[in-house]
Amino acid sequence: MKFVDEFRTPELIGKAGEEIRRLADPSRHYRIMEVCGGHTHAIYRFGLKDLLPSNVELIHGPGCPVCVLPMGRIDDGLALAAQSDFIFAAFGDMMRVPGTHGSPLEYKARGMDVRIVYSPTDALKLARSNPGKHVMFFAIGFETTAPSTALTLMRAKAEGLSNFSVFCNHVTIIPAIRAILDSPDMRLDGFVGPGHVSTVIGCRPYDWIAKDERKPVVVSGFEPLDILQSIVMLLRQLGKGEARVENQYKRVVPWEGNRAALRAMGEVFELRPYFEWRGLGFISQSALKIRPSYAQWDSEQCFTVPGVRVTDPKAAQCGEVLKGVLKPAQCKLFGRECTPEQPVGALMVSSEGSCAAYFNYEHRKPVSIATVAAN
Amino acid sequence: MCLAIPGKIIELDAQNPLHAVVDVVGVRRKVDLGLLQDQPPVPGDWVLIHVGFAMSKISEAEAADQMRTLTMLGEAEAAMEEVRGYGLEGKEQDSPGRR
Repeated sequence: MKFVDEFRTPELIGKAGEEIRRLADPSRHYRIMEVCGGHTHAIYRFGLKDLLPSNVELIHGPGCPVCVLPMGRIDDGLALAAQSDFIFAAFGDMMRVPGTHGSPLEYKARGMDVRIVYSPTDALKLARSNPGKHVMFFAIGFETTAPSTALTLMRAKAEGLSNFSVFCNHVTIIPAIRAILDSPDMRLDGFVGPGHVSTVIGCRPYDWIAKDERKPVVVSGFEPLDILQSIVMLLRQLGKGEARVENQYKRVVPWEGNRAALRAMGEVFELRPYFEWRGLGFISQSALKIRPSYAQWDSEQCFTVPGVRVTDPKAAQCGEVLKGVLKPAQCKLFGRECTPEQPVGALMVSSEGSCAAYFNYEHRKPVSIATVAAN
Repeated sequence: MCLAIPGKIIELDAQNPLHAVVDVVGVRRKVDLGLLQDQPPVPGDWVLIHVGFAMSKISEAEAADQMRTLTMLGEAEAAMEEVRGYGLEGKEQDSPGRR
């Protein structure tokens, strides 16, 4: 119960819940997507769903980088790293993600030189201290991590480091939202916009969702109160028939984003014509590739990539869950064949994956914030 | 990877002004300031760090809020593990007596 004492404002949380119940029109059913996996984690962790009336439904979006990476890309990266004198470097989040023949961690157990790094610049350091080896950084993430990879590549080029490359899997959030909105089996009323991605891209890139799709977007912080306030802001707009982009997370997110980060991304990356997303299929201009001017540090331009395409295990319904069509527990494998200890799909690996969040907090039902707010 | 970790800028690197030592709940590590070139932080400023890069300047109150959010999400340990991991070799020392 320790974390319960740490809530800054239980009474405000209770009030936000009341406000949501007041604003929600009982004759309507609201479907609100939280795009970011960090929000999904927080929603389950704090049991926020228990504070919402049954006609305000939260749909979990595609904003978990590990979850949307198709298995073929992991296989490709591991196939490259199987060459002699290679070091496969990646963030810890990647280590347990299953490829066809095992996760990076399992490859390590079989003798591959696999290293966890906490920053892409640490992969650069590995290259400097292992001049006889080639260090490949397996880069993943949305706009939150892409600028750091960009700056790292700029440093590698400035140094003329010849034994370092990046296997780039960076994706961008806007085309994924577009793909979801274009999906015929999806009906959404509004979006809780990602917090940290927006620190980089700002709020303007969401304009089209409001203007063209007539759906409100509220960029949100990660505290329970932030998320509830964002839902209040969305319901207010929906009640008035408005569709605007609002910034609930002003204390961190500038409207214009981080220009230095955007410049670094522009210098190093260009858009891929298309990229495969797990569950969403091929989405045009949805991912970043390394520009020809950095070809020497691009694993895909330096080496021959097998280009593996793997369909997800038949029974696993990661795609439907990722699109928000199915809830995690509605997947046939959930909690039986697929658990955080023995994940079949990537959504069960990352703490931001909706299946892992659902399994850890909903399935095993901890203290709910609703009971906290009520006391 | 997606954790935003709050830290306080302690000192800028004299040799490389794009690096600074930050303090995250008593653990001191070097972070990269390359993504804050347009608004370079100075010692005493608070920043949010993603994968070893300071990404935005924030207030001290927001830093405290963010640390509490990480704690509530059960991610504080992972965040500290990440911070300790910055720099690989771990040459920098933890500051004594604080946690």
